[in-house]
Amino acid sequence: MSELSSHERTQRIAARLAKRHGAERRFRAIGFFAVALSALVLAFLLVTMTSNAVGGFKRAELAFKLDLSGSALQIDPSQLAGDDPLQALESAGLRDVVQFATAKALGDKAAAELDSEAWREVARQVAADPALLNSGFDVSLPASDDLASGLRGEGTPQVVALAQELAAKDQLATRFDPGFLTRSDATSPQTVGIWGALKGSMLTMLVTLALAFPIGVFAAVYLEEFAPRNRWTDLIEVSINNLAAVPSIIFGLLGLALFLTIFPYWRSAPLIGGMTLALMTMPVIVISGRNAIKAVPPSIRDAALAVGASPVQTVFHHVLPLALPGVLTGTIIGMARALGETAPLLMIGMKAFVATPPSGFTSPSSVLPVQIFLWSDEINRGFVERTSAAIIVLLIFLLVMNGMAIYLRNRFENRW
Amino acid sequence: MTTSHDLDPVKARIAARGVSVYYGEKRAIDNVSIDIGDEYVTAFIGPSGCGKSTFLRTFNRMNDTIAGARVEGEIKLDGVDIYKSGMDVVHLRARVGMVFQKPNPFPKSIYENVAYGPRIHGLTTSKAELDDSVERSLKRAGLWDEVKDRLTESGTALSGGQQQRLCIARAIAVEPEVILMDEPCSALDPIATAKIEELIAELRGRYAIVIVTHSMQQAARVSQRTAFFHLGKMVEYGKTSEIFTNPREERTKDYITGRYG
Repeated sequence: MSELSSHERTQRIAARLAKRHGAERRFRAIGFFAVALSALVLAFLLVTMTSNAVGGFKRAELAFKLDLSGSALQIDPSQLAGDDPLQALESAGLRDVVQFATAKALGDKAAAELDSEAWREVARQVAADPALLNSGFDVSLPASDDLASGLRGEGTPQVVALAQELAAKDQLATRFDPGFLTRSDATSPQTVGIWGALKGSMLTMLVTLALAFPIGVFAAVYLEEFAPRNRWTDLIEVSINNLAAVPSIIFGLLGLALFLTIFPYWRSAPLIGGMTLALMTMPVIVISGRNAIKAVPPSIRDAALAVGASPVQTVFHHVLPLALPGVLTGTIIGMARALGETAPLLMIGMKAFVATPPSGFTSPSSVLPVQIFLWSDEINRGFVERTSAAIIVLLIFLLVMNGMAIYLRNRFENRW
Repeated sequence: MTTSHDLDPVKARIAARGVSVYYGEKRAIDNVSIDIGDEYVTAFIGPSGCGKSTFLRTFNRMNDTIAGARVEGEIKLDGVDIYKSGMDVVHLRARVGMVFQKPNPFPKSIYENVAYGPRIHGLTTSKAELDDSVERSLKRAGLWDEVKDRLTESGTALSGGQQQRLCIARAIAVEPEVILMDEPCSALDPIATAKIEELIAELRGRYAIVIVTHSMQQAARVSQRTAFFHLGKMVEYGKTSEIFTNPREERTKDYITGRYG
């Protein structure tokens, strides 16, 4: 190549410059477009979910003055102070008494549209304050599913007319339903709640974290800092990497075959669910943990070893604290995936209808994503809004969990 | 073979005999013997890649951390072979401290950096003793006056020269017998370098000091004994004044006069 004159060189550079700047502008535009698109999708998701979910946190309720004083309810006050006052009230016939008192207040047609489980809410109030039995008191009880549809303008003309009539008298209205957060699964969308599934998810996540985090971190530390490099450790490394890519339903099958064979009575239990999800989460923590440990500068290890720290002291005093932010990032990702997981939990029986919140790690339970899956499968229209509300609860749980992890990560963040 | 000058016999702290170091198949150090005494600062000089740092790292077995590194020959610390089986490396490193090329303070407070060694070795029994030890080490490292009011600040927030002196304080807090310095000033500016060199002069006699350096001027300034390494061999060893004024080997002369390196 012959040498260019200074002028020619400048010309050539200038000619290419326009092209190079163009490429840069195009790349930036594509990047901006990609970010904008994802932001748009996220915003759309949040807006539709929230607008649906607002309805899910409400329900149609009949409001009236319930008077039990003249009723035939025979109950000993000492029974109300006992272990199971709700059981006592049921035996005493509270269900019929409430039905009767409602008919007296609102008429037979409206009383027939009281939700069949509504008496339980009266029972809870009475158990809390037995004095209510002797006087009239204001209640707001769930309407039947039919009447709730009627209030939305759906269903038979008779139901719609009844709903309109009651609404005009202010006896039927859509009210905010805080009980959604404290009740559990039910057959009617009017009386379902999310607490059972939420508590189940919390217990399951606790088990998952308690198992996957220490095992994952110790495995990562051992493989990265202590294990000899040979064919066996290579094999283990490949296996763990592959484990992270195994479809989740396979882990469900494993949990079914392994854990439920050993502990057959703990079907649907958060303990088994947590163990199954821990299998799935552990490889993610190992992989991110190893990368975080690898990223700690070797000079820190040298410094610790040179003052006479033993290898274990070097790891636990210096390497691991510096790697912790990275380890926590991996844990967040793994736990978030576990929290949203449905398929493996279906396999170990967590799709059962569980109407009471789990009392412990071994009692039958549902979890949020499975509950959402089950409700979304319901034909009943009332469940659509409840499903959205459950999704919001799941998202908030996720945000809280990640928020805690990010807070911890920032606290441990160290610069070197 | 090494050309050795006639030297007054030193009471050897470290005595190396026929030491060779291999990285896999590659021989990095070839049959080197040397005595390191208490009363002198010994400098290792030589061009890049000549193996002087590798040799230095055999004295506290830091080469153990490198996969495939292998040491042959015998290195005795106070008459005990440090490569014999059953030698506790942790104990060895408490007796042979090291300062690295790049300052590497822990990302913890200044106090914690210095207190770490005494703490893990259980050298102090009370908080007051530990405070004393930290103060003494920082004073000896010539850093006390600069940091005494901010001991809780991060060690990494100090300037490069201060960080290196902090690393020296960290090493001497364990009260080692030998201090190995691997090009301690190569990342520092001339003023910080001068401070470290002053410090080395002050520490001389209290600890046996071995310093690897790229700078011949530095070797001339701080050391009393100099060993010249080339291609894994120790070419010449003698009094620093003689090595620099009257080298016996052609290669030493060429290196010192800047012909290569």
